[in-house]
Amino acid sequence: MKKEQQIDLYYQMVLIRRLEERGAELYQQGKIGGFMHLYIGQEAVSTGLIAAREPRDRVITAYRDHGVALNCGISANEVMAELLGKATGMSKGKGGSMHMADTSKNMWGGHAIVGGHLPIASGFAIGDQYAGNDNITICMFGDGATNIGYFHEALNIAKTWGLRVLWVCENNQYGMGTAVDRASAVTDIRQKAEGYGMKNGQVDGMDVLKVYDAAKDALDYVRKNSQPYLLEIDTYRFRGHSMGDPERYRKAEEVKKWQENDPIGIFNKQLLEKKVATAKVLDEIEARVEEEIAKAVEFAEASPEPAAEELYSDIYAD
Amino acid sequence: MAKITMREAISQALMEEMDRDPSVFIMGEEVGVWGGTYAVTKGFYDKYGAMRVKDTPIAENAIIGGAIGAAMVGQRPVAELMTINFGFSAMDYIVNQAPKLHYMFGGQFTLPLVIRAVGGGGRQLGATHSQTPDAIFAHFPGLKVVSPGTPEDAKGLLKSAIRSNDPILFIEHATMYQVRGEVPEGEYTIPIGKSKVQREGKDVTIVTYCKGLELSMKAAEELSKEGIEVEVVDLRTLRPLDMEPVIESFKKTNRAVVVEEGWKSYGVGSEIVSRIYEEAFDYVDAPIIRVAQKEVPLPYNRTLEQAALPQVHDITAAVKEVLK
Repeated sequence: MKKEQQIDLYYQMVLIRRLEERGAELYQQGKIGGFMHLYIGQEAVSTGLIAAREPRDRVITAYRDHGVALNCGISANEVMAELLGKATGMSKGKGGSMHMADTSKNMWGGHAIVGGHLPIASGFAIGDQYAGNDNITICMFGDGATNIGYFHEALNIAKTWGLRVLWVCENNQYGMGTAVDRASAVTDIRQKAEGYGMKNGQVDGMDVLKVYDAAKDALDYVRKNSQPYLLEIDTYRFRGHSMGDPERYRKAEEVKKWQENDPIGIFNKQLLEKKVATAKVLDEIEARVEEEIAKAVEFAEASPEPAAEELYSDIYAD
Repeated sequence: MAKITMREAISQALMEEMDRDPSVFIMGEEVGVWGGTYAVTKGFYDKYGAMRVKDTPIAENAIIGGAIGAAMVGQRPVAELMTINFGFSAMDYIVNQAPKLHYMFGGQFTLPLVIRAVGGGGRQLGATHSQTPDAIFAHFPGLKVVSPGTPEDAKGLLKSAIRSNDPILFIEHATMYQVRGEVPEGEYTIPIGKSKVQREGKDVTIVTYCKGLELSMKAAEELSKEGIEVEVVDLRTLRPLDMEPVIESFKKTNRAVVVEEGWKSYGVGSEIVSRIYEEAFDYVDAPIIRVAQKEVPLPYNRTLEQAALPQVHDITAAVKEVLK
């Protein structure tokens, strides 16, 4: 990968991290409502994955979607505005944290029912197959979603019909507070693809370049063969499941151990060691991101609330 | 005007829209090679091929979720639920996804989607296959619910539904495919969300739809012989609900009976009666009566099943009661 692109990936990961840290503060101040699920710790997954897609490939994910939105090119301003429920958010303040989408950037949401977006992802691929194009739908979901019926119906039809879907399981070790081995019959999620005769792979989700390479290979396979592929990406969320998670289900030492594997720290080290970037360049990125986030907060706070008549807009298209 | 069956009317609507618009395709259980369990899509597979007439696994989430996804990316799928009862397996998609996706993302997604579902009792299929749960689906803003009672309306409304950019649940009745009726020659559509007076009368207003219309028209015929002239208003669409013809008729007759096949409690009739009381209370001359299914799961035994379902004589009795 070119140096500029590597540096850009680093920038994206730092952007996600800082935006969410700021988001958490705003949440504590009561400026963000509802549920908010932070991606902190998992930034390398969507950053590497989405960097590997063609612009025509569609991305759909679950409710832990702020990072995915940023990686797809949605601005920090719009993400922050949506978090604050403002009219300038990409979903006009009607979706919130869990429902971020921008079809012009091929980011198709932000879906809050566990597993519910998987058959919809199959549907995108049904539509693309019908249209006769070779677009791929990249569908991201957590380990918890692989235990629900939707997952199995979606994978079955994808394989049976030869749909171009890259199924990406972000295995962050817990479905809410329940560890994978307490909820899933097999702990290697990729094994579940075997039951559908589906090609699959597994990669370390704390290393953005490894994720990128694995995603490239998987996307090539899907495009060339018109077959789905399941990629399991092992990762860890450093924060609770959502804001206000007491975290009784895991030990501080475990979290600490994973935090030593911070994907941003790992990448920072790689960039310096391989002389892709100097410390000065990486520091400048930090400064640039700080400024961008400050402006995003300013933009979001200054943005108007949705107008009262918005309550009744967009219920129907006709 | 040609006289055709409900089955032919629905089949013609599908075929005409598939011929008109290449983005229209059908997906569902046994819609293709089998020809549809109610033979509505007989011959379609041979004419249009497997890509446009998709036989799916028996997996309602894959069917309805898949149709939603295909609609979001620009196709116009017509998904078929072999029975509306199987829709419960895909309840998340019908009530929690399809009606929300346009609104929740600020209008970014459109869902030009039709879900055809076969409902209703009377075929001795037992409690889990015989329901008329229309009111449940009509509860959700964002979904449109259409349920025609004549071949003419079925054809015209289905064509409009396929052309619409909103998710529409199109409910057909399992015992009505052989019902015959006049259908206009050539191209026509009927707007969604418009109730219609199917029979004019001055004494009592019957408000109904779908199977209830068939029964109510028979009741009206019988009552006419006794000198009672009822006006039958057919809702045709349950959401968005067009109350105007209902209120207009009620202001003329001041008496009403509401007929539906579903259960009475929390049903379509409950909604209609409330609306009449809200919008035309000063015109009420007698308490409005609801004719509906008995509050039991439908039994298999034919006599018991018919005892639970609303009958023509229930309607005639109710009309006479409101005239007392």
